[in-house]
Amino acid sequence: MQSYRKIEIVVGLFVLLGIIGMGWMAAKLGQVGGLADEGYPVTATFSDVGGVRDGSDVMVAGVVVGRVSNVRLKGNEHALVTMTIQPGVQLTTDVIASVRTKGIIGERYIRLTQGADTEILESGDEIEETESALNIEDLVSKYIFNSSE
Amino acid sequence: MMSVSFDAVIRLLGSLGRFALTSLDRMGDATTLSLSSLALLFRRPWQGQHIVLQLYALGVGSFIIIAITGAFTGMVLALQGYYTLAKFGSESLLGAGVALSIIRELGPVLGALMLIGRAGSSITAEIGIMRVTEQVDALEMMAINPRARVLLPRIIATTIALPILVTMFDIIGLASGYVIGVELLGVNGGAYIGEMISKVMLQDLYAGWVKAVGFGFIIGVICTYMGYRAEPTTEGVAAATTKAVVAASVGVLIMNYVLTSFFL
Repeated sequence: MQSYRKIEIVVGLFVLLGIIGMGWMAAKLGQVGGLADEGYPVTATFSDVGGVRDGSDVMVAGVVVGRVSNVRLKGNEHALVTMTIQPGVQLTTDVIASVRTKGIIGERYIRLTQGADTEILESGDEIEETESALNIEDLVSKYIFNSSE
Repeated sequence: MMSVSFDAVIRLLGSLGRFALTSLDRMGDATTLSLSSLALLFRRPWQGQHIVLQLYALGVGSFIIIAITGAFTGMVLALQGYYTLAKFGSESLLGAGVALSIIRELGPVLGALMLIGRAGSSITAEIGIMRVTEQVDALEMMAINPRARVLLPRIIATTIALPILVTMFDIIGLASGYVIGVELLGVNGGAYIGEMISKVMLQDLYAGWVKAVGFGFIIGVICTYMGYRAEPTTEGVAAATTKAVVAASVGVLIMNYVLTSFFL
């Protein structure tokens, strides 16, 4: 019976280590209760989001300040993007949201450029100034079209 | 001449049909056997002590082999990933690549294959020899249900142990990948960790764990079934052990494809 007791303790340790490991991975890598959940929502309407998805980064001055929590179609022609911004970050009411690309083939993210206003965006407000995704194919076709004229 | 070849075709069809029917029969037998064992979980007497003993033998006992496999998988992924990514000049993505392939795919699959080799074969051999030496019959004589005492604790133990072992595999793999990628190959440590955290989502972790639970369950079911239904001879147990390892490995790989297609 003594040895069974020892086995029980080792198994308990094994299971405990497993649960701690799962919790650690979920918190560290999966960001449970981290960046994704905390913060206040703001929305922005773009005419083309070109590849921004749920979970895409939102950056101010190159620093990640939140994530895109939802992208859907609004009024059959525009894209409505909902972002969750970290609590401590204050955005001016005239902040500009633009869809940018990390590197040449990198993923899309939303860059916020602060304006000069003194008023601060509240939870649930809409960002009015937006810049849509830069479409390289459009640029190339425009260039070709213009040069042939 | 014509009738001979016609006979051969008929015989071929017959054996194919017999093969299909026996496989179906065995699958049904395995399903009813394992489900009827699982149904005994909440029936008295409570088999907690045997579940703990099996967790020790199958789970804790497999830790070393899982740790070694995890460490070397992480290391080789970092090396191979670096070699490929360096061609595109995007070594900074190494952390994300290593983490996603270990968490989503290699952790559960390699962990399951290692558990089959280390624990599954021993389950089948043990139960098979219990049959040969008539211990199963002895249990029945003592009014102890062998399904509750022998099969149930092993199925529960592999189902609980594999997710835990896969988690340890993941953590050890990620750590050793970091050591090779950052310390040996000189990838930027901040980029390695940062890309890893930003690319790995909670659903990737879920996918890995759900796979691990599923694999643990089918390993337990197949290995106990093969042992329980083994022909009670020396050759019978040897054949059952071989069949159990083959069937469990193939089952894990097929189930892996199905689960991956669900989770992508």
